[in-house]
Amino acid sequence: MAQAAEEPGSGRGYLAESGWRSWAYTMDHKRIGVMYLYTTIAFFFIGGIFALLLRLELLSPQAKYFSDHTYNIFFTLHGSMMIFLFIIPAIPSGLGNFFIPMHIGARDVAFPRINLASYWVFVAGFLVVIASLVSPMDTGWTFYTPYSAKTGAAVATLSFGIFLLGMSSILTGLNFIVTIHKLRAPGMTWHRLPLFIWGMYSTSIIQVVATPVVGVTFLLLAMERLLGVAFFDPAKGGDPVLFQHFFWFYSHPVVYVMILPAMGIISEVIPVFSRKPIFGYKAIAYSSLAIAFLGFLVWGHHMFTSGMSPLANAIFSFLTFFVAVPTAVKVFNWIATLYKGSITFESPMLYALTFIFLFAVGGLTGPFLGALATDVQLHDTYFVVAHFHYTMMGGTVMGFFAGLHYWFPKMTGKMVNEKIARISWALVFVGFNVAFFTMFIAGVKGMPRRYAEYLPKFQVENVISTVGAAILAVGIGMMFWNFLQGLRKGPPAPGNPWRALSLEWQTPSPPDTENFHEIPVVTDWPYAYGTPKGPAA
Amino acid sequence: MSAPHEGHGDPRVAFESAKLGLWTFLATEVLLFGALFTAYAVFRAKYPALFHSEHLKLNRVLGTLNTVVLITSSLTVVLGVDAIRRGKARLLERYYAVTIVLGAVFLCVKYIEWTGEFHHGRYPDSNIFFSLYFMMTGLHGIHVILGMGVLAYVVVLSRRGRFSGEYHTPAEVAGLYWHFVDLVWIYLLPLLYLIG
Amino acid sequence: MDNVLAFGAASAQAARVDALFVMITVIGGFFFFLTQGMLIYFAVRYRRRLPDRDNETPRITGNHLLEFFWVLIPSIVVVAIFYYGWRVYTEQRIPVGGATEVYVNARQWLYEIKYPDGRTAINEIRVPAGRPVKFILSASDVIHGFYLPDFRVKMDMIPGRVTTLWVEPDRPGRYQIFCTVYCGTGHSNMLAQLVVMSPDAYAEWSARHEEAGEEKEHEPLAVRGARVAKNAGCLNCHPIGGAAKVGPDWKGLFGSNVPLEGGASATADEEYLRESIVDPGARIVKGFPNVMPTYKTTLSKEDVDAVVEYIKTLK
Repeated sequence: MAQAAEEPGSGRGYLAESGWRSWAYTMDHKRIGVMYLYTTIAFFFIGGIFALLLRLELLSPQAKYFSDHTYNIFFTLHGSMMIFLFIIPAIPSGLGNFFIPMHIGARDVAFPRINLASYWVFVAGFLVVIASLVSPMDTGWTFYTPYSAKTGAAVATLSFGIFLLGMSSILTGLNFIVTIHKLRAPGMTWHRLPLFIWGMYSTSIIQVVATPVVGVTFLLLAMERLLGVAFFDPAKGGDPVLFQHFFWFYSHPVVYVMILPAMGIISEVIPVFSRKPIFGYKAIAYSSLAIAFLGFLVWGHHMFTSGMSPLANAIFSFLTFFVAVPTAVKVFNWIATLYKGSITFESPMLYALTFIFLFAVGGLTGPFLGALATDVQLHDTYFVVAHFHYTMMGGTVMGFFAGLHYWFPKMTGKMVNEKIARISWALVFVGFNVAFFTMFIAGVKGMPRRYAEYLPKFQVENVISTVGAAILAVGIGMMFWNFLQGLRKGPPAPGNPWRALSLEWQTPSPPDTENFHEIPVVTDWPYAYGTPKGPAA
Repeated sequence: MSAPHEGHGDPRVAFESAKLGLWTFLATEVLLFGALFTAYAVFRAKYPALFHSEHLKLNRVLGTLNTVVLITSSLTVVLGVDAIRRGKARLLERYYAVTIVLGAVFLCVKYIEWTGEFHHGRYPDSNIFFSLYFMMTGLHGIHVILGMGVLAYVVVLSRRGRFSGEYHTPAEVAGLYWHFVDLVWIYLLPLLYLIG
Repeated sequence: MDNVLAFGAASAQAARVDALFVMITVIGGFFFFLTQGMLIYFAVRYRRRLPDRDNETPRITGNHLLEFFWVLIPSIVVVAIFYYGWRVYTEQRIPVGGATEVYVNARQWLYEIKYPDGRTAINEIRVPAGRPVKFILSASDVIHGFYLPDFRVKMDMIPGRVTTLWVEPDRPGRYQIFCTVYCGTGHSNMLAQLVVMSPDAYAEWSARHEEAGEEKEHEPLAVRGARVAKNAGCLNCHPIGGAAKVGPDWKGLFGSNVPLEGGASATADEEYLRESIVDPGARIVKGFPNVMPTYKTTLSKEDVDAVVEYIKTLK
């Protein structure tokens, strides 16, 4: 890289200005990213508390601490908050906003005002969602009609809230696409982009193409409740399954919005902590695009038992298996990067390796659900719940944690306590597996999901799962406490504590508002680790 | 291609960014309306007789009138953009003002149409055809209002002297958006009003 | 089918699904241990031993041949899994001739069963062993699910549509039916049973006229009522003491004064209880929703009386 390893800083950098106005009216992508991080992490905690309440109730087969109706509301809130208010925006709008311009050598995103607007639209969205809690719903985060059209809860209000959240997502994706196309520094060709950028670019394409469809879906649901339009109402000639088609046309690609940024983070972390170039750069880059494209073709695999024709089912099943291939390619390439590396296990690397391990479990339980005959057995059981928690939490959330640990010094100018970070990692890893692995077993035994009460034969798995959830909660709590302590009194961070080569590390910690004194001229890719004397492949 | 040193300070980059941004946004709008067009196709295939009988109840005269109004408004937008490309800000403002007025005419005609439907007892919840009709024309109408707002904002900026022959990106971008709104109507008209 | 791998599969078709499940587990397990084994091995083998030796790594950036193979082999494997899954599924979807047909209609929160001979039941389906059965499914209000875990099959039940499911039970037994599409408060209590009878027992049962539950001689009315209440789904919505559910508590109900919607009140005597079963919408208890279905055509007069007697014992 052409830039010197450390630049003379100006003290607090982009954090220098204080006062609420410097945040509320900021157009600095870094501050906007930080606001998104705080907001989404807050919802992670709230959604997590609902999860713990669910696990508490599931210790006993019958209703014990609260009624079934309350339980059903809790799982709806857990799912909706985690998906719409945490996992979709956290990495893209949080870490993405902060680091995309820095990775490409730009001063900011293409449309800074639209960036700020996206945050306030997000806030408006979550306020409307919270307003709907005056009459909370129990539909599950999937809101299937006719139940969601008929039930006496504030579904129309929530629909408008989710519509606004979708708009925020679209604005962010649009901004990133234009930024990556137009604002790359001189010499930053597409094949010199960090893989985080390839991941974010693919993610942004999905956000822009898929989100409008779910926007219309929720609009139609709201209109059915308010005006009685007939789209999903069988009594008026509508089709309740059409809702599922529209809903999943977005909601399947959105899982790739969740995972691709996390995969981008893993592609950044592994080379740094192995001191080796990433293995198969182009394969990893193009597999992100392939996943984005293929992800649009497979939504029907959520609907194999909804009465679709066997031919439609067969086509969706066939296409579903092909999304596995580019995903597997990434896993193989990451592992190959470790070969003959010089590996250390600081907390970012621990989480990155954990990602690969847990995401492999999640990914390899996918074929059970992609294959038609086994899906018919396992659909709507706890097997699916385990599968998506392994991919979304074992995947995306671990990737998010890796990114937080990796970039904490850059964003805050402080270092966290590495020992506490590792202890909390261990609790998270153990707790997660204990919490979720038994769900595979419960599902195979036939335990349906969204069950407030269950038959006694499923109790053992549920009790073990709750114990695991408690351990996981302690680990996560400790991890965030560690971040807080680091913010308050962590030792100052150097500009490049991990001796990484991408552009964000060639600035002070924290960076100045304008990112770079001079826009860098890029002459090499960011993975030139290791000595040239080895054979280059 | 990568950007020169000044990043988005460079007006050429800013202009290209704005155009790419707007085309990306139009892609999202295509998906938005696309979902409704898909619903239309699904239900039309399912209930051909209903679609045939119900579509005859729509007012084709008003529908055609509105089409003429919108196409004319796209023409005035083209003339406005052409004007500002030659540096004529006042002419831009006049053409865009006419466009906004034509948009308002469109909305008035729509209002007359809708109240006519209500008068005959045809509401969004009457049957699936009218659900589609009201949803699609309603969503389109909202976009006409948004487009009028965007054009008005461009007129305000022009009055403040912000545009010239070299720089008039908001005018171009707003014009492109208006063309899109017109284009959606061009698809809606035959699907709802004309095909039997 | 007493195959040790069958995990209680209740039909040959179910055993085929289990075989597919085992195959996917083996393949997935193989790739998991292969990749994660290499991950752990590399992490240990190539850990940094000396702090200043970290840049003596070879600059390997990729290998085209390796990329080719690890795209090709997973592609072949997934196509194989797809094909096997599709074949087993197709067998499941093509109904076999000579099937007994049973109509099942779901509503919040129970299953109404109707046999071709006109007989009806709630939450209990009786079929003969050794012959295929075709379930003709629909729903009245919202989407429900029909899941027979022992047979490894499920199908959604959709209002305004009919879906079908067929199974071929091997041997007599009682098999669980679950609702698998979230449908409201009583979703996890929509429990039903598939009772597979030996051909003789089934023939004998068909000849008699039964509704919810079997008739037994000299059975005390309250005992019969307890059985009917359980089988007909009453206890899915009505608690007997314990945590609140969708319907009013039965404990201490008989003889009590019941406040009604609209301000009036009623004494819960035999007539009130009888009316609540056959015409539940006539008088709604204050604070409860008007969602109870009528049992007028599904419970005989004797069964209604039995349930009333049972409620009287719940003090």
